Amino acid sequence: MSQDTFLSVRGLTVEYVTKYETVQAVNGVCLDLSKGQTLGLVGETGAGKTTIARAVTRILQSPPAAVRGGEIFLDGVDLLKLPEREMCHMRGNRISMIFQDPMTALNPVMCVGNQIAEVIRKHDHVSAAAARQQAEMSLELVGIPAQRYGEYPHQFSGGMKQRVVIAAALACGPDLLLADEPTTALDVTIQAQMLDMMHRLHDLKETSTVIITHDMGVVAEMCDYVAVIYAGEIVEYGALEDVFDHAAHPYTVGLFAAIPSMWEDVARLTPIPGQPPDPTALPVGCKFSPRCAYMDGECGARPVEMKTVGPGHTCRCLR
Amino acid sequence: MPEFLEVRNLKKHFKTKRGTVHAVDDVSFSIGRGGTLGIVGESGCGKSTLGRVLVHLEDSTSGRFFLDGEDVTILSRGQLRKFREQAQIIFQDPYSSLNPRYTVEDTIQEPLHLSRRYNKRQMDEKTAQLMDLAGIAARLRLAYPHELDGGRRQRVVIARALALDPAFVVCDEPVSALDVSIQAQILNLLMDLQQEKNLTYMFITHDLSVVRHISDDICVMYLGQLVEKCPAKELFAAPVHPYTRALLSAVPSANIHARRERAVLRGEIVSPIDPKPGCRFAARCPQASEVCKGPQKLELVAPGHVAACVKAQAQKTGAY
Repeated sequence: MSQDTFLSVRGLTVEYVTKYETVQAVNGVCLDLSKGQTLGLVGETGAGKTTIARAVTRILQSPPAAVRGGEIFLDGVDLLKLPEREMCHMRGNRISMIFQDPMTALNPVMCVGNQIAEVIRKHDHVSAAAARQQAEMSLELVGIPAQRYGEYPHQFSGGMKQRVVIAAALACGPDLLLADEPTTALDVTIQAQMLDMMHRLHDLKETSTVIITHDMGVVAEMCDYVAVIYAGEIVEYGALEDVFDHAAHPYTVGLFAAIPSMWEDVARLTPIPGQPPDPTALPVGCKFSPRCAYMDGECGARPVEMKTVGPGHTCRCLR
Repeated sequence: MPEFLEVRNLKKHFKTKRGTVHAVDDVSFSIGRGGTLGIVGESGCGKSTLGRVLVHLEDSTSGRFFLDGEDVTILSRGQLRKFREQAQIIFQDPYSSLNPRYTVEDTIQEPLHLSRRYNKRQMDEKTAQLMDLAGIAARLRLAYPHELDGGRRQRVVIARALALDPAFVVCDEPVSALDVSIQAQILNLLMDLQQEKNLTYMFITHDLSVVRHISDDICVMYLGQLVEKCPAKELFAAPVHPYTRALLSAVPSANIHARRERAVLRGEIVSPIDPKPGCRFAARCPQASEVCKGPQKLELVAPGHVAACVKAQAQKTGAY
């Protein structure tokens, strides 16, 4: 762990345990993020991206979720060991999360301004009037006129609601922002507005950000570092340029090949054959090996470790 | 001689308490047999309504459309039955478009049943063929939808749509709910099937890279109207309508070396209820002026390329 590492996740393991089966959602994930940097967590449905974010904020519903191991350090403090009371003080204050669906993230019977002021009052112990003033400023910051303070979520469009969610998340000036698919539910022109706004806010506040997405375009625009996640494991990690230009893991290569291009002609797409593995019965060795073109005897035999393929660029592959 | 699918001045309006929603407003286009027309636009632009009208899930308000030379808008109930064998639709969400109590076999056999043309043995044969065609393993014949993942479910939906050998298939966001690796499998499947059976597709999506990949021609819709139509590659190389340009520049690119300046649009899509005359995009258009308040019509800007912008010619030559 280097000096300026701000968020450090070590060997995080999360399972979902039900009466019938155990889903191995996150399997020994390690992540580091420095102050002011943006990390993209990319992967497909069920890869464990959201579970990681929820484990960091400790909002996993347990049961069925169970954190089986690992440590999450924020500024040197192990979040997993904090008492719930102190964790409450962290959430919304030092760590914030933006959820995918702005329609369900807001309280429908509370005006949007109060939803932002609530966060401020909870953490900053200011008067109601001061909280309101701050909340109005937060709204203006994300491009919503303060006059709309008293309106309710149903009076806003999807893009505007997501702005409110972002305003609430940033109201207390968090050090760490976890954005779980922040633009997936939005149209592209609205997504572009939102990405621009997030860029601006990031420059302004220097918040360390983790963006969870399956959209390589969003990663390319927003992130400094990329972690590719497959079946609950990070399979490739590195600076944006390294991962995009010199993808090392066959899964990462496959992901790029499967996306149709807007600017080049491809007669036929190259899909990754097969399906993601069943998370209740993961392969022993490389979890991608059953779909991998380069699979040989070694791959399936024992767990594969992360290997350095370049400066700051690691990959979980024997090749 | 009309094209295989010919749409003329098609309108679909919904009457609501607050006024009339102009979901599809005076749209005309055609698709040649075996071709693919892509329809792109943002949510609420009327692209799905257009698809539903063209397979006659909804009646049109006015206008006409012809499939293989036959006017679909005046068909009788009996004739519509025949039409529905010809025109099928694949929906976005394979989770909600399958009956959870039907096995794969039940689902695929339902249209065969309804056609009353097959006996039990023929139906079983045909089901096996269709499953093979759509790439569904034979062992899944008796599986229920909840046992299948998204990609496999979409394959079942495709097999069902093709059961009665349609000639025209509306694909309404068929890959939007799928992960990229599965999305590529399904896109390849759709393109293979088109080759094999000479299918005509209308492919509705909001994903511009997908639409470029699969389409011959692309229509861009905004608030119920067609604002630009041209061959797929030309749309990306030489877009004319300001909305098309904004749409293209809004897509985040996975190419980290080609950083583009983005023209971020102000504001949001306005209400499709009782729209004012004039260009509907003008409120958000960076180049809007007085002339945009007048009626707009599609103008030819290049061979096979039309755009609904009074400044289209000037846009083309780059005067703006």
